Amino acid sequence: MYVAVKGGERAIGNAHAWLAESRRGDPALPELSTAQIRAKLALATARVMAEGSLYDPDLAALAIKQARGDLIEAIFLIRAYRTTLPRFGHSRPVETARMACIRRISAIFKDVPGGQILGPTFDYTHRLLEFRLLAEGDTPPAPEAQPLAPECPHVTGFLGREGLIQTEPAGEARPPDLTRAPLELPAERALRLQALARGDEGFLLGLAYSTQRGYGRNHPFVGELRVGMVAVVLDIPELGFAVEIAEIELTECETVNQFTGSKTEPAQFTRGYGLAFGHAERKAIAMALVDRALRWRELGEEDTGAPAQHEEFVLSHCDNIQASGFVEHIKLPHYVDFQSELELVRRLRRDAAAGSEAAAE
Amino acid sequence: MGKTVTGYNFAYLDEQTKRMIRRALLKAVAIPGYQVPFASREMPMPYGWGTGGVQVTAACLTPADRLKVIDQGADDTTNAVSIRRFFQRVAGVETTEETERATIIQTRHRIPEQPLTEDQILVFQVPIPEPLRFLEPRETETRKMHALQEYGLMHVKLYEDIARHGHIATAYAYPVRVEGRYVMDPSPIPKFDNPKLGDCPALQLFGAGREQRIYAIPPWTQVVSLDFEDHPFEPGRAEAECALCGATDSYLDEVIVDDAGGRMFVCSDTDYCRKRRAAGHEGRQGAGEMAP
Repeated sequence: MYVAVKGGERAIGNAHAWLAESRRGDPALPELSTAQIRAKLALATARVMAEGSLYDPDLAALAIKQARGDLIEAIFLIRAYRTTLPRFGHSRPVETARMACIRRISAIFKDVPGGQILGPTFDYTHRLLEFRLLAEGDTPPAPEAQPLAPECPHVTGFLGREGLIQTEPAGEARPPDLTRAPLELPAERALRLQALARGDEGFLLGLAYSTQRGYGRNHPFVGELRVGMVAVVLDIPELGFAVEIAEIELTECETVNQFTGSKTEPAQFTRGYGLAFGHAERKAIAMALVDRALRWRELGEEDTGAPAQHEEFVLSHCDNIQASGFVEHIKLPHYVDFQSELELVRRLRRDAAAGSEAAAE
Repeated sequence: MGKTVTGYNFAYLDEQTKRMIRRALLKAVAIPGYQVPFASREMPMPYGWGTGGVQVTAACLTPADRLKVIDQGADDTTNAVSIRRFFQRVAGVETTEETERATIIQTRHRIPEQPLTEDQILVFQVPIPEPLRFLEPRETETRKMHALQEYGLMHVKLYEDIARHGHIATAYAYPVRVEGRYVMDPSPIPKFDNPKLGDCPALQLFGAGREQRIYAIPPWTQVVSLDFEDHPFEPGRAEAECALCGATDSYLDEVIVDDAGGRMFVCSDTDYCRKRRAAGHEGRQGAGEMAP
């Protein structure tokens, strides 16, 4: 006799217990600490903060631990937590020109005031596995130098002085908030940048790459890429003055792109912009390319039909929490819908068979 | 189980968020079938698992409510269990599996067989709220089409189905027209359930979290499944009776029971089936084991 499957409740409880045990792993090994994750997996922590839209390295490390290293799952944990937090206000724009840079490079000038600083980069490492790391050998400390000047002007500023690059119109004093209002299209650039800043690195990387291969090409140069700490300053109305509430690590990328111009307006370079929490160069560069591609209308360019130019396409699909949820939800039970399709397909086949029999007679 | 967690507001969402959702709900009720954008929150379950329904339920729940949660018609499917447990933990409300005892029913993919009453709210989880989405992917365009009642594309699609297959080839999420105005996606319920949408005494609310849309069918609203005079709408169900309770009027799940392709049909609505068996109805496979 058939008995319908019961025990969903017990199955869920047991699955969670198994998950917890797997997360802990071999009990003979010491427990992984969140302090270790924060300090030693800093780039993973940065990605979770950036796409989780919450600057808190300790919570990001906790999320990575809880998610067993699945960064999108960790980002999800951070998002779900973030949404429960009250919103007190918005900071003044961060002064990235006053960033305490650990890395700052420009690809468009051989040298720039403030200097080219490679910083801790993978760029010129040879990708050879360092087997000595298997043996947990100690790493000698790196040589030290004097800190950079406190002000490090933006490279695009030098182009701006000559009028060689477009000036950006001022944004609204109160920025829009994607997490507090539904996304309505068309979206202004500030909102687009907000969506891209929390968008999936892999998705943006693929789109950015597509622009370089001709799907919305915009001839980018990295005008400047900088990584470092900046102060976050908040106006406190009750106090009547501004207070520095935090220092956060940011990666900023400004691209200098193909020029526009006409008979009436002389040629000028254009810009793309990328910004991400933590040390996240790939994300910042990709974001800048996609930002630039999305500006085709404003800059009087042609819509070539490229995916990276399509605002609704990009903004509707760049969020990895939305995407992974919807893609993966098809593993939930769908047998009611499937049953209705089964009935329909059987009926269509029956009708078709009856039709061909009738034709044969 | 049933343990309420501390540190969260009643029903998880903060009151500001609930107010925002309630305003969207009021607008949705005022314009039946119209999709109201709302600032959907990130919930502690993934998009696609019912975040829209959960937010609507959270905004409607009061401590006196009795909640029922079903998925595929059943109270004991894993995601229904999970959502029910969520509200037990964050709202501490009473839950029930009995349709007539529930004041709020959150559902995925089904409408209960037991007719609903004026004292009930049915909350649907919606994946894609836009009935025109697969005909026109751009939201900017579909909003215009709704504004202008430009639904010709949908009728052409249904007509093409008939030309190609002899029937309208949509078996679930079958589009309806609400109160003669908006074409609406009833969520992926089988079209068998479509006739229950119209003139329903209960308030029907639809929440799409990822897509940030809420819409509604107020009580006693006209809801018509799209069709043609010479190809009228047919609800459709398996031509069988429930093997457990013998019902011939309920929506049936097909269950494969052996390697040789043997199958049986049982009610998708587990509460309906259990009640019938308790009342002495018996199908060919016997009354089955009564759930505890």
